[in-house]
Amino acid sequence: MSVELRGITKSFGTLMANNDINFKVGPGEIHAILGENGAGKSTLMNILYGLIQPDSGEILIDGNIVKIDSPSDALASGIGMVHQHFMLIPVFTVAENVVLGHEKMGRLGVLRLDEAKSIISEISKEFGLEIDPDELIENLSVGLQQRVEVIRALIYKAKILILDEPTAVLTPQETDELLQIMRRLKEQGTSIIFITHKLREVKEVADKITIIRRGSVVGTALPTASQEELANQMVGRPIQSTTNKRLSKSGKPILSIANLNIIDRNGVPLVKNLSLDICASEIVSVAGVQGNGQSELARALLNLEDNCSGSIFIDGKEILGTSVSNSIHSGIAYIPESRELDGLINSFDISENLILDVFNRAPSSNKFFMNKHKIAVLANSLMKEFDIRAQKVSDLVSSLSGGNKQKVVLARELSRSVKVVIASQPTRGLDVGSIEFVHKRLVAERDAGRAVLIFSTELDEVFALSDRIAVMYKGEIIDVVPPNISRQDLGLLMAGIKKVSV
Amino acid sequence: MINIIAKLWQSTKLSLLAFFLAVLTGGLLIAFSDPNVLSLWKSPFRFFSEAINVSSKAYAALFQGAIFDINLTKRSFVNGFYPLSETFTIAAPLILAGLSVTLAFRAGLFNIGAQGQFIFGAISASYIGFKFSLPPVIHIVVAIIFAILVAGLWGGLVGLLKSKTGAHEVIVTIMLNYIAAYFLLWILSTNTFLRKGRQDPIAPEVQQNARLPKLFGDSFRVNFAIIIAFLVVILIFILLDRFQFRAAGANSFAAKTAGISVPFVMTTVMFIAGALAGLAGAVQVLGSEYALTAGVAGSFGFDAITVALLGRAKPLGTFLAALLFASLRAGGLTMQASTTTPIDIVLVIQALVILFIAAPSLVKVIFRLKQVNANSDIAAKGWNG
Repeated sequence: MSVELRGITKSFGTLMANNDINFKVGPGEIHAILGENGAGKSTLMNILYGLIQPDSGEILIDGNIVKIDSPSDALASGIGMVHQHFMLIPVFTVAENVVLGHEKMGRLGVLRLDEAKSIISEISKEFGLEIDPDELIENLSVGLQQRVEVIRALIYKAKILILDEPTAVLTPQETDELLQIMRRLKEQGTSIIFITHKLREVKEVADKITIIRRGSVVGTALPTASQEELANQMVGRPIQSTTNKRLSKSGKPILSIANLNIIDRNGVPLVKNLSLDICASEIVSVAGVQGNGQSELARALLNLEDNCSGSIFIDGKEILGTSVSNSIHSGIAYIPESRELDGLINSFDISENLILDVFNRAPSSNKFFMNKHKIAVLANSLMKEFDIRAQKVSDLVSSLSGGNKQKVVLARELSRSVKVVIASQPTRGLDVGSIEFVHKRLVAERDAGRAVLIFSTELDEVFALSDRIAVMYKGEIIDVVPPNISRQDLGLLMAGIKKVSV
Repeated sequence: MINIIAKLWQSTKLSLLAFFLAVLTGGLLIAFSDPNVLSLWKSPFRFFSEAINVSSKAYAALFQGAIFDINLTKRSFVNGFYPLSETFTIAAPLILAGLSVTLAFRAGLFNIGAQGQFIFGAISASYIGFKFSLPPVIHIVVAIIFAILVAGLWGGLVGLLKSKTGAHEVIVTIMLNYIAAYFLLWILSTNTFLRKGRQDPIAPEVQQNARLPKLFGDSFRVNFAIIIAFLVVILIFILLDRFQFRAAGANSFAAKTAGISVPFVMTTVMFIAGALAGLAGAVQVLGSEYALTAGVAGSFGFDAITVALLGRAKPLGTFLAALLFASLRAGGLTMQASTTTPIDIVLVIQALVILFIAAPSLVKVIFRLKQVNANSDIAAKGWNG
């Protein structure tokens, strides 16, 4: 089956989300749509899936004009979609989620799942999507949850599958698996529209690439194009994909972690006897597959974890077991893993978010009252310095894009006088332009003599920034390696396989 | 100037429209519960004119009983303001209890416990009031401070339980309300609190020195309590709308990550909330009741929640909403006396206000508003834990 979009235009108020977009996906083709956050990719896909009606333009399937008014129209026409945010019910099983909305009832209204289960195992076998239909969604990893979404689309005989930023939430291994699955689907004749802003994946799997910028198609490319070419087209200006670094000379240890243990509420160890020194003027990355204790380690450095033992020193002063605010004011800048949850208060404005951890100190406040004028002056200068794109400092943070939100967090944390910068997944979900900005800032912090500790599951990021790479596996640092290690060797280490040195 | 009005309208329109809808629905209920109106159903014109007549009369009586009563001006014009004095007398504890709920809302806590805190404030103030003989002014101050401390601890306990054990404040405060209500019944039966020679649950009257002075002579009940309430509104407005309270309320995770001690905020806020409701109980005893009874708290603690919701969890809004509700209550009595409409209709109007406030999209649909600044998240916060 082939699908073609002709002259699709959609505007929201004054914003032109899609402007005269044309593209065509042939049968059994993986067509990547590449664009920054806010370029209009999701709007376009929501139009194709019937969630949004275009102002003008038409959709053709196998050469015939079709009208898609709702997702059920789309499904009937053979178009399935896997959303960026999964639409699954966590307390239901895989099979229950798959049949959701199309349940078959037996006598006395009892839900019948046998048929669904057999179809699921059929599809599992056909496409290599192994899954236990009786498992609860909440017990599945993110990668497997996504697999359920894919199965759900396939069970309704989707011949055109839209994947909206599918790898944003996946670990490197899960990403590789997904790319495998995509190739498999393609071999079986399914067309895939793959929405992303990750260049490496596009190059690896796509047959054709359409690049969208500010609502318009700015070009098409083949996967043979270089990453630089693709990035430049996507952003509209030259991008340096690896951040320029000088080989730094690191100083004395600033942040020392010694024999740190963290256990969870059930007594299961999350971090085991971990020791690591981060020196002035160096960037250490903690690489590892998600869920090997990195998040807990990062949080423990800010005293956000209970049940820790061991020591954490900053400039020789013990901070573990004191308070969060003591950690902050001992000189830690902390960029949390989840900016939405831990980094920002969405219902507060930009200026309030910029003073979240210094609201009770000069110049934001004297002993009793906050100084609105001084806060505004501070916020305005930070907004300029960190290139936060918003109309004014009294705009709510919730109205900002992901990149600008992260810039607010960076601005707040890096504008204090700090000795250590801890950044957890600092570029997760950001577009190329914002990633470049964040990386430059982190390198600048290193060059200014700070100890920088980065937690990342993105290998590109780890290679681009690190002076040393600490690989974390099952709560332990199993090795510390220089950044010139090969991708394969690092991948093996992340999987817990230590190379035997000869 | 136009900007300010537009802004004011933006922030108050939901409350105003909800109140308007409640009054309108209340009017329908008044009309349709009147036998005279119903008997006219055969002639639509007279039916409607009578319906309008009956409900407008009821509302006129309500107004008369709340603000100014022309019938009372025979002896002197000033007497006509007797209803207004009543409104302010009722308003004072309602404002304070409303602020208690409002402050907790700001910090993301749903204080259902104003009733229990009110009761402990009333018990404490009453005890100091009748048990001790202290000089003027000092007696009042001591009684009020004691009430604030006891009720504050009662409220603070909730914050402490929540921060230490995760116990949900809604459940805890509801249960503590029962404990407070039965504690009041019990303590009124003890020898210390039972008035000599009485069998019914009533404590001795507080001494003269402990009573809040009346503002306009003995013929008006309005007393110093309303001044206290007004001062507290200003105090809350400038001093207690703290950044860390709001931050902890809006996103406790981000607040924690930014070094704000969320357990401390919870306990402090619940202490202050308890203290405010306790102050309400104290001024009720020291200002208008003078003696502790089983029914001293009435429904102040629960009306406080309504008032805080109508006031959109803002100090000034709560102040105005409390005045409005106090006038409804004061006027309801007159309405019942001079028309056939029962005072219960006031309760219906109060309930309808809550209904419309809690369903902003309903108001939005009815008035075809493009966007209601619902802010309903503030009211729902309590449940997110």
